Amino acid sequence: MEFKNRDVISITDFSKEELLHILKVVRQMEQKPKGSLLKGKILATLFFEPSTRTRLSFTSAMEQLSGTVIGFSNANVTSIQKGESLWDTIKMTEQYADAIVIRHPLEGSARLAAEAASVPVINGGDGSNQHPTQTMLDIYTIQKIKGKLDGLHIGFVGDLKYGRTVHSLVIALSHFNPTFYFIAPDELQIPENYTEELFRKKIRHFKTRDLERFSKELDVLYVTRIQKERFPDPLEYEKFKGIYRIDEAFLQHVKKDMKIMHPLPRIDEIDKNVDKTQHAAYFEQAANGIPVRKALLALVLGKVR
Amino acid sequence: MAKRKSINKKMRNTRRGKVRAKKASSVPKEELKRELKISAIDEGTVIDHIPTDATFKVAEILDLENHKGIVSIATNLQSKRIGKKGIVKVGGKSLTQDEVNKIAIVAPEATVNIIKNYDVKEKIKVKTPEIIDNVVKCSNPICITNNEQVPTKFYIARKDPLKIKCHYCERIMGKEDIEIV
Repeated sequence: MEFKNRDVISITDFSKEELLHILKVVRQMEQKPKGSLLKGKILATLFFEPSTRTRLSFTSAMEQLSGTVIGFSNANVTSIQKGESLWDTIKMTEQYADAIVIRHPLEGSARLAAEAASVPVINGGDGSNQHPTQTMLDIYTIQKIKGKLDGLHIGFVGDLKYGRTVHSLVIALSHFNPTFYFIAPDELQIPENYTEELFRKKIRHFKTRDLERFSKELDVLYVTRIQKERFPDPLEYEKFKGIYRIDEAFLQHVKKDMKIMHPLPRIDEIDKNVDKTQHAAYFEQAANGIPVRKALLALVLGKVR
Repeated sequence: MAKRKSINKKMRNTRRGKVRAKKASSVPKEELKRELKISAIDEGTVIDHIPTDATFKVAEILDLENHKGIVSIATNLQSKRIGKKGIVKVGGKSLTQDEVNKIAIVAPEATVNIIKNYDVKEKIKVKTPEIIDNVVKCSNPICITNNEQVPTKFYIARKDPLKIKCHYCERIMGKEDIEIV
């Protein structure tokens, strides 16, 4: 299994064995959080659209391992404003850095960047398409909070149509014999090409718009925000915002060890009172972003195997 | 009689043509006229059994608009095999296997005959390629290929019914979404 110089573009590029190997390296990173593993290495973070968690956690991960970070978080201050193509921007950046993290609103941009660059490229999110490091931190969190990945009952609630974190997590968890519960109104249900794939792989899955219908079955409930920015029509967004709300009353009907995850930021889909319950796992999930990104940087820069 | 002989010769390229030729005496005059519109070629390629709604897409994929020789396109013809069909005849050009494979995404059942001196010299079988390079336009408006100068690339995600996946944005497209670059 070789990770040196490898691009991290889509969760579909990784086999079950590769994912499990990454999780093993993440555990090592968590046990030894600081060090000089990436001393002398430079990471370029090219953020063509806003992001808080992803950019800060990559920066923090790199700096905790003694690496340095260059980059921008606002494309308006770069040559892109002058009409420079993404290809040329990447060709220029690879001269300055040992690895590149890119977030871009256009889907497929990270794949193109990887083709342009000779240094490894990590996708920090390309439109509604992929955000593989989020998925890796999601499965790391599930493994940590449930003690295993195999045979779990996982519910997804909210915007399952546009939510890229859901799509990628469904693909990643499909390696581990799960049962899925997709909870959303028809208009925001998981796209058919995902369920077709689940049928093909003989993975049990249910669709419902009723949050309480399968509440007793769940080991994990993955909650997502209804994302205003992904709706082509703002009126559609108004129709669905606030449709699901996880609160203490709902938690009366779930298993004692059921855990709630959320890629954050949240709006009002999880009541603040849930934070203090044993069910809340979303802040721990966000914190796992650091060891996951450290592990990936160390792997692709060839500093761990 | 002489006229009928020349029609027969022109129809020899396709099996259907041969059948018709034998029965030419019973073919009404109007039908003969219609057949003449897609007359035979002495050299080139005949693509038959194209689903009727894909006929013009085949012409587009093969960039026949810029072909200097004779191009005949017929559509909405009756076919026992596929109901309605289209035929494209390209004069003076023998398609290669790679070119033939390009049309597989819209016409997987097509038959391709290379014609020399009015006779079928070679039959090429259409094979669906694993990768489709720069033929199809991605239907996702925010795909990078629709916003930067990048040749498109698709993988076959499923053969029947056909589903193709964009190498860049990973959108899965059905046959109905296929638009030529």
